[in-house]
Amino acid sequence: MNRHKWIEKGAEAFFFLCALTAVLSVALISLFVFANAVPALREIGLLEFLTGTRWKPTDVPPSFGILPMILGSLMVTGGAILVGVPVGLLTAVFLAYFCPKPAYRVLKPVTELLAGIPSIVYGFFGVMVLVPLVRDTFSARFGGDGNSILTASLLLGIMILPTVIGISEAAIRAVPDSYYEGALALGATHERSVFCAVLPAAKSGILAAVVLGIGRAIGETMAVIMVAGNQARMPKGIFKGIRTLTSNIVMEMGYAADLHREALIATGAVLFFFILLINLAFAVLKKKQK
Amino acid sequence: MAAEEKIGINDLNLWYGKFQALKNVNLSIPEKEIMAFIGPSGCGKSTLLKTLNRMNDLVDGCKITGEVLLDGEDIYYNMDTSLLRKRVGMVFQKPNPFPMSIFDNIAFGPRTHGIRNRADLATIVEDSLRRAAIWDEVKDRLRSSALGLSGGQQQRLCIARALSVDPDVLLMDEPTSALDPISTSRIEDLTQELKKRYTIVIVTHNMQQATRISDRTAFFLMGEIVECGRTETLFSTPQDKRTEDYITGRFG
Repeated sequence: MNRHKWIEKGAEAFFFLCALTAVLSVALISLFVFANAVPALREIGLLEFLTGTRWKPTDVPPSFGILPMILGSLMVTGGAILVGVPVGLLTAVFLAYFCPKPAYRVLKPVTELLAGIPSIVYGFFGVMVLVPLVRDTFSARFGGDGNSILTASLLLGIMILPTVIGISEAAIRAVPDSYYEGALALGATHERSVFCAVLPAAKSGILAAVVLGIGRAIGETMAVIMVAGNQARMPKGIFKGIRTLTSNIVMEMGYAADLHREALIATGAVLFFFILLINLAFAVLKKKQK
Repeated sequence: MAAEEKIGINDLNLWYGKFQALKNVNLSIPEKEIMAFIGPSGCGKSTLLKTLNRMNDLVDGCKITGEVLLDGEDIYYNMDTSLLRKRVGMVFQKPNPFPMSIFDNIAFGPRTHGIRNRADLATIVEDSLRRAAIWDEVKDRLRSSALGLSGGQQQRLCIARALSVDPDVLLMDEPTSALDPISTSRIEDLTQELKKRYTIVIVTHNMQQATRISDRTAFFLMGEIVECGRTETLFSTPQDKRTEDYITGRFG
């Protein structure tokens, strides 16, 4: 009797520890990133760090302005949303309301497979297909060598598709049939019923899909490095190269030391802050849908 | 006075896959009267209702033989479902206003059928809401969400929405089963007003409701119409033993 009780207590404590792992990880990561970012921010100055337009960490004296990278991240993410959201949303509508069943059984797993492809493979696809495509189409008129904001946006747009499709489709399917039937009973066509009665009802779920897509795009590193050009300078148009926050860290962390290294960690903190904001927005939207 | 036939149903059979849900149904629904369908669950009354505006087309494996005539025209032969549903409106069991403003809910139907002019839409919205006896309650908040209304108001809004496309026939599928007694009685009163302009077919589980509001009643059992006649006759002197058993509460 007593032994059983002890075993039960022990098991409970063990499960609690397991549950704690995830929470502790988040807490420790936040602590590490922000604590390590503080010295650099104090030395460089928060305003100079966030709004400085020059990133020259090895110059004497060095400049640590990450505004180019912040803008770079925002621009490729915005571009990815412009590409990925319309395509993904319409795909979700198609899957939920237009797709014949046999085709669904093929299409659905394919869209999910898209999420499982390693980002380095996306990167190769970008280098081999998208970069030449963009170069051949636009270089003559607009300059640039194909490694550009546009290319990165296209590639990221494809990469966020599974996120956008999956969450939007779930949101669309969660809309009660009664909306669809109600529209149909008024004489609306299938298309009008879907787009004008069902989609508005799925609005907040679809917004959540967009927000999660933003999160995925802004955090992507490998594929972006391979196609974005990575020049640490203010954006000069969508046909020219840019560097993102993530690329900045990966490219220089290997050899950075002292303040330069701390400035990179602070770059990570800025990125982390964006991610926290996005997750907060996602949580709010999710609550709203219920 | 013999009323004109609005809907005629001849030798109608309906299958969901292998299951035959309606068996050899013949029925004549007169114009500007209220026809009630009663019977136990699963007897086919809702199924028959949904054949009248072809909502059964949505069901996989639904197969129909026989004919359904609206003003003498077979609705399953060469008729555009969109135009059919404009003529035959429907109110569902659970109020289903769209998650948009009260105005947009009512304007949805007319917009579907090509009316864009703001003034025309405003007129239609007001007319429809008045006919559904809900105008006074919502006229000051046409721009707010329809989901903020009470259940009874939502159902009257759905009636107004059905009226917005100017139908001849109104199908009501247990429209008060999700409502409280006061809301129910308001909708019952409303039906008496509406039958002056529209032909109404109502499915109800509630036999008192059928006696209160309908002119004729059809009693369904296992996919067949057992008996159909004037409501007071059917309830006072049923011809069939099964009808009598059902209305006296011996089963169902």
